[in-house]
Amino acid sequence: MIEFRIPLGDVTNDIFDRLITVIAPVTNALSSSLETFLRWNETFLLLWPPLLFIVVLGLVVWFFVDKKLSIFIAFSLIFMFGLALWDQTMSTLGLVIAGTLLSLLFGIPIGILASQYDMAEKVITPILDFMQTLPSFVYLIPAVIFFGLGKVAALAAILIFALPPAVRLTNLGIRQVPTEMIEAASAFGSTRTQILKEVQLPLAMPTIMTGVNQCIMMSLSMSVIAAMIGAGGLGREVLRAMQTVDIGLGMEGGLGIVVVAIILDRISQRIAKRSKEERDISK
Amino acid sequence: MVIEKIEIKNLYKIFGPHPEKAVDLLKSSKNKDEILSKTKNVVGLNNVSLSIKSGEIFVVMGLSGSGKSTLARCINRLIEPTSGEIYIDGENITAMSYNELLQVRRNKIGMVFQSFALFPHLNLLDNVAYGLKVQGVPVAKRHEKAAQALKGVGLSGWEKHYPQQLSGGMRQRVGLARALANDPGILLMDEAFSALDPLIRQDMQDELMNMQGKMNKTIVFITHDLNEALKLGDRIALMKDGKINQVGTPEEILNQPATKYVARFVEGVDKTRVFTAAHVMKKPSPLLYAKDGPRVALLRMNEVGISSIFVVDKQKKIQGLLYADKAAEALRAGEDTVISYLDTDYAKVAPETYISDMFDMMATVQGPVAVASPDDHLLGIIVRGTIFAALSGGESPL
Repeated sequence: MIEFRIPLGDVTNDIFDRLITVIAPVTNALSSSLETFLRWNETFLLLWPPLLFIVVLGLVVWFFVDKKLSIFIAFSLIFMFGLALWDQTMSTLGLVIAGTLLSLLFGIPIGILASQYDMAEKVITPILDFMQTLPSFVYLIPAVIFFGLGKVAALAAILIFALPPAVRLTNLGIRQVPTEMIEAASAFGSTRTQILKEVQLPLAMPTIMTGVNQCIMMSLSMSVIAAMIGAGGLGREVLRAMQTVDIGLGMEGGLGIVVVAIILDRISQRIAKRSKEERDISK
Repeated sequence: MVIEKIEIKNLYKIFGPHPEKAVDLLKSSKNKDEILSKTKNVVGLNNVSLSIKSGEIFVVMGLSGSGKSTLARCINRLIEPTSGEIYIDGENITAMSYNELLQVRRNKIGMVFQSFALFPHLNLLDNVAYGLKVQGVPVAKRHEKAAQALKGVGLSGWEKHYPQQLSGGMRQRVGLARALANDPGILLMDEAFSALDPLIRQDMQDELMNMQGKMNKTIVFITHDLNEALKLGDRIALMKDGKINQVGTPEEILNQPATKYVARFVEGVDKTRVFTAAHVMKKPSPLLYAKDGPRVALLRMNEVGISSIFVVDKQKKIQGLLYADKAAEALRAGEDTVISYLDTDYAKVAPETYISDMFDMMATVQGPVAVASPDDHLLGIIVRGTIFAALSGGESPL
């Protein structure tokens, strides 16, 4: 029998070995600046006494988002405080916020690019497919190699995981804008940039906001998995529970994640819904 | 040389992979279906040449797929023509750079869409001001102009509402206001009223005619509705398969169809809503002058076998209608003139009255109906037979 084996693993190892020596300085620099960003984020969240944080967030949501939701959030956060998981919750929240911001920062412009040029879409779509279907454990390893154990590596993993929905939904939202709108805008002499700014983006906003919501949820789910590479937060509690077969601790951490998920999802969904309602005021 | 407002020369538009090849095939007089099966190209416009005069309502009519909307979109190059030229005010649109084209779209052409195409995220004022905004007109100024345009279409007070809150007719008024806000010379109206209810549609047609009376734009109006075309159009171009079959006034289209297709198209038209009294009236002969006596009157009536005759003065001003029995009475009484025997309560219509509006009168009236100018000068007469003759045949009654 002929010995036939494609040496993808060897080649990959080889490439990464070389890559590391080349781009290590770059990733190191990037790593330290990202770390600063993350630390600020977390420090800011932990700066507040928990009770004050709960009250302020509750009030903001009460006045700007939704009253019922505000009460729910207040109780859930008091619950987290009662479980003595406050610091972990804030750590997860900080990582999710940073991950989401970073994903949107790249995702929305890439989505816009894909919506404007068919060629760009053709190139970008398979990359997104790749990013979304590649099992996360596969890129956790290189993330650690490039950025070291810790939150920055977690952030890189989050970026890979949470970027695709932001790109896809931005692209979709813009492409779904009815052609007659584009035609009307063109007929009155809009430039391409004006069409994008005045017509396409505003009309795509509800879809883009759905993308933001997806992005947040993906960030959260990855931040839990990334506990394995030192992301900390609630994910670490769950991981520890798994390692020590501590069902109780697992329940606490798990519930905490559910609570954070619901809070982030409801707030972002409510905002997305409102941007849609603002568009379709038909009453 | 007179520069036409819009001049279209040998315009072709081919959709598909090899447009130039298809143009060559068209020039060697292959037809649309042959080209589709041979080259997978769809013919949108096939050698269209037109000139549209300043201030006229030019209707492009055809069924769906005839290329009429494509033609409209070529004028502002929303669709790029494959070959041929379009001139607006003598300037070659087809040769323009993108930036020059933007200026033409901003300053010279307004467009109204079948689906209204209003921006759902903007209120009416901002919708109407959109064209001015992209030109960089400051906000106060553009809102002022937009408010004026809205007022012009009767929507004052609705500035802060959103398009979704409006009925179809109102939305299209906004569409019209938006197209007029920066006062362009040309208005492209692509099936502008086709999506409206019949009654609202008629109102909008009337209003457009009214507005046109004041603003005197060059309007290119696309429609598939022949009645709409006949009502609005100063001239009509009838299209089929991307080709123009005939260009002419509504009367020409109806009375002298250039092709079988046009003839078939206009066959079902309710001519009573197109033809007016002036179209169907007969020459008023014989006539009786006020000086003539009863003997002459009876003689004239006898000659052509009629039982009544109009009496006019020297300026052809109508004096009245004389019936044969009255003339005989005058003769027996030994009168010199018939003046005192005239029926002055005769039926009378203005020349621009539509035939459809004359049916009731024709049903009750005894003798002929006079077609008279406002100062009662006799222009012609109509009897029931004239109308039937005009409606039955393709022959022009004139």
